[in-house]
Amino acid sequence: MSHSATAGIQATGTGGAVVARGLNVVRGKVPVLSSLDFAIPAGQITGLLGPSGSGKTTLMRAIVGVQLVSSGTVDVLSLAAGSPALRHQVGYVTQSPSVYPDLTVEANVRYFGAMHRKRKTDVDEAIAAVGLQQQARRKTADLSGGQLSRVSLACALVARPRLLVLDEPTVGLDPVLRADLWSRFRSMAEDGITLLISSHVMEEASHCQSLLLLREGRLLAQLTPEELSRRGHSNDLEKAFLTIIRESENNDGVSPGGRDAAAGAATDRSGR
Amino acid sequence: MDIRMLLATTHRVLDQLRHDHRSIALILVVPALLLTAVYFLYENEVLPPGAPRTFDRVGLMMLAIFPFVVMFLVTSITMLRERTSGTLERLLTTPVHKADLLFGYGLAFSIMAALQSLVATAVAYWVFGLDIEGSPGLVVMIAVINAVLGVALGLLCSAFARTEFQAVQFMPVVVVPQILLCGLFVARDRMNDVLESVSNVLPLTFSVDALQEIAANSEATEQLWQDAGIMAAIVLGVLVLASLTLRRRSA
Repeated sequence: MSHSATAGIQATGTGGAVVARGLNVVRGKVPVLSSLDFAIPAGQITGLLGPSGSGKTTLMRAIVGVQLVSSGTVDVLSLAAGSPALRHQVGYVTQSPSVYPDLTVEANVRYFGAMHRKRKTDVDEAIAAVGLQQQARRKTADLSGGQLSRVSLACALVARPRLLVLDEPTVGLDPVLRADLWSRFRSMAEDGITLLISSHVMEEASHCQSLLLLREGRLLAQLTPEELSRRGHSNDLEKAFLTIIRESENNDGVSPGGRDAAAGAATDRSGR
Repeated sequence: MDIRMLLATTHRVLDQLRHDHRSIALILVVPALLLTAVYFLYENEVLPPGAPRTFDRVGLMMLAIFPFVVMFLVTSITMLRERTSGTLERLLTTPVHKADLLFGYGLAFSIMAALQSLVATAVAYWVFGLDIEGSPGLVVMIAVINAVLGVALGLLCSAFARTEFQAVQFMPVVVVPQILLCGLFVARDRMNDVLESVSNVLPLTFSVDALQEIAANSEATEQLWQDAGIMAAIVLGVLVLASLTLRRRSA
């Protein structure tokens, strides 16, 4: 296999970098995602927002192609999600950092880089991109939580993916680092990389160009942050989101699950 | 298969081990110490003139059993960590082939096993004067095959454990019966029919048989190569089974 990551900036397909049609995921007997239809535009930052337990991680896993899907399709860069040809082009950073704690930062990034035939310079660039040059030779286990999640991010960046799927990358980071990461994400999008970033903190929505609002496995809306504050009648995106949830409940007649979950960034049901 | 990804995996596993001095000591030193204990256990035995020492029989078999046990433990825990930490799932989203991962692991631990059995065999020969007909090189070869068997079974068993505690519990299930029935305690032709037929299909049996061939003959025999071949086939089979437990998609 030699699908070079540079193989092409060619057609990202008709509808976008990621296209989902009638996507359903059932785990056990519980529907986790219900008939999702959406397209994620290429070369932009798309925010995936919703309370804990709304299915964000499951949706991301379906896009990366590691989630068994019950029905429907997900196309990524015009190929079925999980196709071997996509493995060089899609980067995935899980919520809890998946790196080797007993290796140095550099060894971690070098190893994941080797899976994409990347060289030393790519490794150094990925480490620099997350601002860990000073820590490059330190054992990953000795780093702080925020540094650890940046190592995990570097392990994805080293592959130079065209689609980067990040599960709550800014959780637990201090405000300075968070702002720093968002500006890195913006410059990556300017370079043509498509980013899908999940968060349960609504204020982060303002950094995104497009938003997917997820609640209890259903897509409430796909819109821009400006549309969100207009439709939700508030400049406070958190309040706007709540308003949209209430509206959708009133439209459905029944309210599934109660209001606590709507506000419920605090109640952490398992992320998946 | 991609040889660079395989070697990168081997390098990474050895790198992880390098930071873990205690495990290295455990792997390299403990077998030699246990062998010393076995030597002194039989130190005062009274032998009829011309009879071989018990150490020459038991010590020799220990040289094959240590790497098997140690590598089974080390591998099942390492692989379980890889599964539970999310690094395995992450790796499986990259182009790496399952075979690159499994053989990368196999190669890394085989290198450790070769070092281990070199130390243990050297101690057995030079310190305790292990007296057998065949060459020590063949003993090391069988020890390495045994270690790879431990690696393969460890990789497989890690799929059925959710915690490190459970992984260790596979020791009595997978390892101990093989040690009991391999011919170390009772010669296999003196077992009852049931035990002997179980013994006949356990992998460790073939390595003990091979070692007895090495002990009795100065040249490598047909039987030795046959045993080694069967062991290698079992190792490959177990590795294939282990690769089936690596799923790129999960619920």
